[in-house]
Amino acid sequence: MNVTLRVWRQANAQSEGRMVTYQVQDVSPDMSFLEMLDLLNEDLTVKGEEPVAFDHDCREGICGMCGVVINGTAHGRGSSPVPTTTCQLHMRSFEDGAVIDVEPWRAGPFPVIKDLVVDRSAFDRIIQAGGYVSVNTGSAPDAHANAVGKQKADRAFDAATCIGCGACVAACPNSSGMLFTAAKITHLAMLPQGQPERHLRVKKMLAQHDAEGFGGCTNIGECAEVCPKQIPFDTISQLNRDLIASLFKRDGK
Amino acid sequence: MAVTGLILIAFLLMHMFGNLKMFIGPESFNHYAEWLKGQSADGGILYPVLPAGWFIWLFRIVLLAAVVLHMYSAITLWNRALAANPSSYEAKRKLAQTYSARTMRWGGIILAGLLIFHLLQFTVHATLVAGPFDGSPYDMVVGEFKIWWLVAVYAIWMVTVCMHIRHGFWSAFATLGANTSAKARAVLNGCAWAVALILYIGFMIMPVAVLFGWIGA
Repeated sequence: MNVTLRVWRQANAQSEGRMVTYQVQDVSPDMSFLEMLDLLNEDLTVKGEEPVAFDHDCREGICGMCGVVINGTAHGRGSSPVPTTTCQLHMRSFEDGAVIDVEPWRAGPFPVIKDLVVDRSAFDRIIQAGGYVSVNTGSAPDAHANAVGKQKADRAFDAATCIGCGACVAACPNSSGMLFTAAKITHLAMLPQGQPERHLRVKKMLAQHDAEGFGGCTNIGECAEVCPKQIPFDTISQLNRDLIASLFKRDGK
Repeated sequence: MAVTGLILIAFLLMHMFGNLKMFIGPESFNHYAEWLKGQSADGGILYPVLPAGWFIWLFRIVLLAAVVLHMYSAITLWNRALAANPSSYEAKRKLAQTYSARTMRWGGIILAGLLIFHLLQFTVHATLVAGPFDGSPYDMVVGEFKIWWLVAVYAIWMVTVCMHIRHGFWSAFATLGANTSAKARAVLNGCAWAVALILYIGFMIMPVAVLFGWIGA
């Protein structure tokens, strides 16, 4: 199959970007979206043009490196029948002859580094602010030393599957990183190891989230819709609960 | 945002309840209006606790504070969203958001503008469409809502108000931590629809009844 791509090209963070149209010939329907971009880049390299820069690593949907906005939806969720990362989106999701818009995540806290690559270190700083548990490591504890109920364990695991790709921010009309922050808050709040720092954590992480320049959540729901890991939207209410509870605690005041 | 919004929704439900006294008759509605202002023979609402006439002003101060804080929160959120969105997508497709959620900000401005007209009309009596008024509150309401285009304006205004409430009600509870599961989300959204529809029907049935001469004829 053949497709027409309109790709965002931007030489560096300072320069102005624009959409550039490319034709990609002989695409296999079984190629992933990134393999199709590889095909384009081989072609550009042969022609002596600058290849399109895009982030990628594991290419099996678990690392969170890849991620572009495809036809107006993060990771091409609007073209895919299932929640997906860009690397797990296949060309069979598109018609032969399709015109596909490819853009980077657009949000103030995610500045474009080059073409489709954005700087997501704001997420790292939110995690550094409180997305951890302070425990003395030593020998492994006994298997049943800390019993966790099934429901809480499931909820913690569901939230812990966040890969930090940033699709939630890219899809949010407010450019809010609340789903990402709430996933880590919920993950640690459900587990006994997360309790000592629970209320301090939510204040610290939210303060860092706001300091990075992310917008506020207005409960619209686009984030959970595009999330490749299906982080539940209700994690944000968990964050709000912990935040309200933290207002009545001494921690961090 | 959530707390002030819920205060305003609670007020609207009470306001709607008061309006429906139009159906009982002039005595009931006029007494209710005087009772709220502390002008009725029994001293009005909360009389022995508060001096007559105090309640209405305390109530207005609380409502005004709720509106001001609600708008302050909204403007803060809007500014943060604008600052966080320096560039827009060439192509943008919406997957989850409702029309109500998308129009919270501009819809809020439109409904606030009409709220000013509404207060000038029925509270200050400065923009009464049917001309100067010197009768009872009941006669004033009947006189105004006999004008068909005014009823039409209110019907449209109430659409913007109820759409705002449709997203606002659910969103307020989510912000306060009540969205605990996908099922809770469905229940909250169902409640939001119910409150919005009850308010729309409850508010519009009286002007429509006046317009068609079912009451006050």
